[in-house]
Amino acid sequence: MRFHFKTSYDHDIRLFPDWWTFLVYGALLLVMVALPFLMDSFFLSEVTNVLIWAVAGLGLMLLTGTTGQVSLGHSAFMALGCYTCALLMNAGMSFIPAFILSGVITGLVGALIAVPVLRLHGVYLAIATLALAIITADIIVILRPWTGGVNGMFAPEIFIFGLEINRWVNPEYWYYMTLAIVVIITLIYVNLLRSPLGRAFAAVRDSEVSAQAMGIDVARTKTIAFGLSCGITGLAGALMGFFAGAFNNETFTFLLAIQLLMMIVVGGMGFIHGAFLGAIVIAFLPQGMSLVTDAVPALNVPGLEFGAFGAILIFFIVFEPMGLYGRWLKIRTWFELFPFARRDMFRRQKSYLKTERVR
Amino acid sequence: MPLALLIMGALGYLLDVTLLRSLFGQNQVAIVILTISLGFVIRFVAGAIWGHEPLNLQSPLALGDVRIGGAVISLADVAVIIVTVLLTIFLWQFFQRTKLGLAMQASSQNQMAAYYMGIPVKRVQGAVWALSAIVACIAGILYASKGAVDVSAGFIGIKAFAAAVIGGFGSLPGALIGGLIVGVIEPFASRYLPSGYSQLAPYTILILVLIFRPHGLFAQVRTKKV
Repeated sequence: MRFHFKTSYDHDIRLFPDWWTFLVYGALLLVMVALPFLMDSFFLSEVTNVLIWAVAGLGLMLLTGTTGQVSLGHSAFMALGCYTCALLMNAGMSFIPAFILSGVITGLVGALIAVPVLRLHGVYLAIATLALAIITADIIVILRPWTGGVNGMFAPEIFIFGLEINRWVNPEYWYYMTLAIVVIITLIYVNLLRSPLGRAFAAVRDSEVSAQAMGIDVARTKTIAFGLSCGITGLAGALMGFFAGAFNNETFTFLLAIQLLMMIVVGGMGFIHGAFLGAIVIAFLPQGMSLVTDAVPALNVPGLEFGAFGAILIFFIVFEPMGLYGRWLKIRTWFELFPFARRDMFRRQKSYLKTERVR
Repeated sequence: MPLALLIMGALGYLLDVTLLRSLFGQNQVAIVILTISLGFVIRFVAGAIWGHEPLNLQSPLALGDVRIGGAVISLADVAVIIVTVLLTIFLWQFFQRTKLGLAMQASSQNQMAAYYMGIPVKRVQGAVWALSAIVACIAGILYASKGAVDVSAGFIGIKAFAAAVIGGFGSLPGALIGGLIVGVIEPFASRYLPSGYSQLAPYTILILVLIFRPHGLFAQVRTKKV
């Protein structure tokens, strides 16, 4: 048990509350940097995959976990980010500006879409964004001259300052590039949460009425959250498409959006750690599934993967709504407070459905 | 067929009792995610049992045509129209007149207040689930009698949602009109627009309605006056 004696207001918003946490995260970063020397290229590309999923998860976490707006349409923004980046690079831009610009463009489009869509709440918002994800495939086919339609596109080669980054030739460069992007986005996310905007996000999530009473422009806050979230997701989409090497209208289906949602629910809604834990689960689930079906051939029925996805989601929502990270927090608190931990320390207030309908 | 309706109703009620009730009082987001993942599991189970190939429904309605004026309409279409109209009238009367229907409306508007008024909100919610499962089952049977069904037929629900939003949530005539608009716009769009655009038409209308009349054409939301 560590005690935090707060002697200045800075202690409340510090990135690392004490030296110990700083050391833990520093050690984690060191391990991540040293990873290419410890692993062969297959596992390295798996870890890269996890990191890319984590970026997408951070994007959705900002919207769903932090601002409380559920979206099933984030595969649409991944597609947008990926195609924007590829098209900009085909137009002669180099990777870094094209990558950043693709995030910015996706964010702006997301904010534009958010204006009508965020008038919906809960279930309705989820399905409206789901519709968005579904029409994306059709739009990609319609825009054949740019996107290549069903035939898809090949990702252009990435050069950073004259250094070629190729997944097959030098996977460790890919890994370092992804790691750098993940670290930058995570730092932005953490700092955002400390800023007035981040506090406004959390306020909107917890209660729109009280947020409004505190002087927060709810519609504006939600729109900014949607835009930022779409921007990060667009970057993740660009990474995912370039990592795969080729993409077409079936790369970014709405199933991807549902996987994203599952990822943050399983990892832990509202926690940055949750995005990473969820990414680990989602990236290794197909391998785990194939291990299970190899061991028990009777289970080998088509569609098993999505059945398992659904079952895992239901399990987590019913038994552990706070996800893996929430479970870890509970266990840690139990040990830290050893005899004094109580069962309802993590209980949340219930909210009851209320609509504005009059008839 | 009545057996199928009964089983579906029971299944809807059971789902509510076992899974959804444990989320009572939680954030709506959780319920959204739960129902979507339920959809995945059920689709998987259905796929494992009946396979993923399209199945035909041997319906007595699938035979024969009717001639009205110059138009030839298949018997199945006539049945769909009649059943839809009857079902709409029935549901409309049910929600306006019966105690249970009013209780459902009340608990959809404000759970807490409904509870204070002596409505057993949880049980009513179970009944809503049973009813909606039965109605969806009827829709599924009608859909199957018009052609083949396969496991992913459930994704038509997304279009149904578009219809409900266009019409305005909670309004039965609105749902009917919205359904008509969504159903009619797609064939028309595929007739008059270049190919590929027709799937987009319902969603374009959905977005337009959301921008200009966010609560649907038959809005039931009014700003509360204090």
